[in-house]
Order: sequence, then structure tokens, then C-alpha cells
Amino acid sequence: MTAALVFDRVSKSFAHHTGPRLLRERIAELFRSAPGHRLEVLKDVSFQLPRGDGLGLIGPNGAGKSTLLNMVCGLSQPDSGRIEVHGRVGALLELGSGFHPDLTGEENVRVNAAMIGLTRRQTKERFEDIIEFSGVRDFIREPLRTYSSGMQMRLAFSVAVHMNPDVLVIDEMIGVGDNDFQAKCLERMRRFQSEGKTILLASHSPKLMEMLCQHAMWLERGRVVTSGPVDQVLKAYQSGHGGTASAT
Amino acid sequence: MGSSGEERKNYDAMLRPYTTLQASRARIVYLFLFFTMTTPPRKWGGDLLFLLENLILKDFRIRYRNMSLGVMWSLINPLVLMGVMTFIFSNVFANKSIAAYPLFILCGLIPFNFFSGALLAGTTSILDSAPLVKRVAVPREVVPVASVLSNCVHLLIQFGLLVGFALVYRLPPAVSWLWLPLVWLLFIVFVCGLALGASAVNVFIRDTRYVVESFNLVLFWLVPIFYPFSYIPDRFRDVYQFNPVAALVMAMRNIMIERQAPAPSLLRNMTIAATFTAVAGTWLFRRLKDRFYEHL
Repeated sequence: MTAALVFDRVSKSFAHHTGPRLLRERIAELFRSAPGHRLEVLKDVSFQLPRGDGLGLIGPNGAGKSTLLNMVCGLSQPDSGRIEVHGRVGALLELGSGFHPDLTGEENVRVNAAMIGLTRRQTKERFEDIIEFSGVRDFIREPLRTYSSGMQMRLAFSVAVHMNPDVLVIDEMIGVGDNDFQAKCLERMRRFQSEGKTILLASHSPKLMEMLCQHAMWLERGRVVTSGPVDQVLKAYQSGHGGTASAT
Repeated sequence: MGSSGEERKNYDAMLRPYTTLQASRARIVYLFLFFTMTTPPRKWGGDLLFLLENLILKDFRIRYRNMSLGVMWSLINPLVLMGVMTFIFSNVFANKSIAAYPLFILCGLIPFNFFSGALLAGTTSILDSAPLVKRVAVPREVVPVASVLSNCVHLLIQFGLLVGFALVYRLPPAVSWLWLPLVWLLFIVFVCGLALGASAVNVFIRDTRYVVESFNLVLFWLVPIFYPFSYIPDRFRDVYQFNPVAALVMAMRNIMIERQAPAPSLLRNMTIAATFTAVAGTWLFRRLKDRFYEHL
């Protein structure tokens, strides 16, 4: 088994920002990384994800799912522990983060492609496919602010999936475009899977998770409650959470 | 983070395509970013030059897209200031000792405008691009460097103005103009270094932006823009020469008006300033960049 993704006792905490601080404290903070009280977001998370498999993360809001995904993408660093990522990571986090409303769709696609790591040639080669897939060809020379939010999402998603990553990181992809486009996205992700790419998904939708993942991990307050085959974890999560919900 | 061996391997893998065909181009890019890439981000294997180009174009387009006069604004601002100063110093505080006064002013205004504009844009760049920095794993160093470089577009336009005035005053292109690329390269490196440091600090201490604004205001008077260096009393001269903006203004006047090579002491000071800020700015940026995510 070759692992695409390894987490070895990874912990992450954030500083608690309480009230106004003096300039002196802020300057001290510049050179000291762990001041005062800290909020633990992930605690001793370990797992290995074999290449070509899918792992779904479930858990209530604030369980640490997004923090975990961000660390896989290299956006933030763990306090302790080790993260190994083999291959290029493609992120479907918050779509359209690098988009600017005054640029045209076309210009935004170029800037976005450069940011997610496509080379000049790759961008040129895939440009037509990106426009085609997004289905907004008629508006591609209009400024992005004239687009509906659905159209913006479609364009952003289209750029992201054309990066052709080895590891695909997906955060809450529900609600991208209309039914047609959602079907297209799903079809695309399944193709990724059949091409032997690794998928890491955080979602509240059991249906989506069962479709794309073999494994699942249940996170709560930054700790792993249970992990294993997707159907078992989902069942445990649903009964566990049904229980706490009815108790309160 | 992976073990250092792992990091090393990824670095090699990232550089492999460059080592063959694109070796020379990659070297230029890496040099351009002042070796900020000695520890490349693990998961970003993209094309730095292409990214830089796109970010600069983006800045440029956004700035002018909705203006009816567009790029003309880069000319109007220095022209107006130059006109006002020429009026004041030929009629109010009349000073006849300086030949080609408008050209003299432009040699001071253009470096100052570039410095203040580029440094302020660079300082706020990380904060302004927070959505980008929090969601896309681009090498963070690119953000302030791109915002400084996008100010070079204005610089080129204003250079057009400078050349125009030089011709009007019958000072056609001379061999001394060949010094321009070198002094400006040194200056741009200097500003990039400052911007790297200031943009990183600005994430943690948001007041940095206002410090830079005030600093620019003070600098307008402390740089010999509308007065010649010869007016500076002897005891302040050495300090003055160590101000890299002032050094560039003096070098510009050497080149454009006296039509000779810039004084060696100026070149030396500018090289020291550029090297120092590039190293210090990069060091500070690197030290802080891992924690940007939590503070944006």
C-alpha cells in the first residue's frame, strides 16, 4: 500500500483573541508563536490514506474538519505532528477565492489557473475545456460582477477540476449550480476516482460521502471519535448524533 | 511538516523540470524573488513567472478598468505636481540657479511617486489578498512582490514623460542613460525588500499601514525633490546620502541632467540598501508567513 496522505499525531491550536491588546504585546507576539491561552482545534489526529481511496470527514460544525483540510493544502502548519502529502493537491475549498468582480470571466480564469499552479502552456491547452465545462461561454468576456452567484461558482469549479491533481480536497461542495451542473460535477469527481486519484472530502451529506469515499472519519472537538469503512462510521455517527440531539 | 529529507526530495522533484530546458529562466525568476524560494511550498508546483505576470496584469487592469481617462492618470498626477512646483519655484520662491527646472522636478518626483505608491501597495498587499492567502497555496512572497512590480507599469509611463521633457530641453539620449536600468533595478529590489517585511508585519500589527503613510509624507520633504542636494548643509550630507530614495534622485539627476555616470558613493549606498532590505525583509517574511493564516 502506498499512502497518498499520512497524518501522524497532528495537533493544531489557535490563539484566543480576547479584548484589545497593547502594541507591546502585539510586537511580542510577532516573535513568540504561542502566547497565552490557546484553543485546541485538532488533537492527536493520525491516519493513513492509501493512494486512490476516498476519505470522508464528518462531524458537527467546529469539529476541525476545515482546519484539517487547510493543513493538507499547506495553508496552515500544524503545531506538532507530521503531515505527509504525496502528489499535487487540488483544492475545492471556498470556490472563487481569487476572483475579482471587475475582471472578465476569461481574465479571472487565467489568474486563477496561474494561482492554482497551472503553467502557461497548460492554461492555454485547457482553456477551451474550462470554458466549455463551466457552461458560461456566452458571458466569458463580461465582467464577473454581472454573473449570478451560480455562474461564478461554475466557473471557479471548472478551473479547479482542470488542474488535474493527485489528491483532491473538497470542502462542502453542495449547492454548486443547478441540478444539471451538480450532476456534471459528480460525474467529474467519479472520473477522478476511476483515474486512481485520492479524495479527501468534508461534508454533511452522507449520500455524497458514500458515493465518493471508502473510508470515513468522525471528528468531534478536534478528536477522532471513530474511523473505518464509510458505512459503519456513518451509521455510528447518525445514531450517536441522533442520541445527543434527542437528549437535549 | 515532513522530515527534512522529505522536504529535500520534494524540492528536487519540483526543480527537476527546470534543470533541463528552463534552467536559465528559472534562475532569473528565483533571483527575481531574492531567493525567497529556498524552501518552496510543499504543494505548489506552478509557474512563478506566469503567476507573477498574471498578478501584475490583474492589478493593472483593476486599477484602470473603470476610469474614463485610464492610463492617462499616471501622467496627469506628476504633470500637475511638476507644473505647480515649477510655478512656485520660478515665481514665488524664485530660483534661477537650476536649469531645466521641470526636468529637475521630474527626476525627484518619479522616484518618490514610485517609492510611496509601491511601498504602500506592498504593505497592504497580504491583508488585501486575505481571501487568496487563506484559500490558495500560492507562495506568499509573490503577493507583495507582485504589487510592487505592478507599480513599475506606472513607472514606465512616467519614464515616457521624463524622456519627453528631456527632448524638449534639448538633452537627447546619452550614454549615461545606460545606467538607468541598473540604478532602478537596485531601487526596485530595495522596495521589494521593504514591502516584504512591512506586509508581513501589517498582518499582525494593522497600524503598520498608517506608519508607512506618515513615513511617505515625511519623506516627501526629506528627499531633494524640489531643491538640489547642494542646498543641504555639510553636516547632514552623509545622512542624506544614505537615504536610498534621495540617493536615487541624485543618481537620476547625474544621469539625466549632468549626463554622466552616477557618483560611485551613490551606487555603493544603493547596493548596500538593496541587499540589506532584501535579506532582512525576506527573513522577516519567512519567519511570520506560517502564522498569516491564523491572523487574517
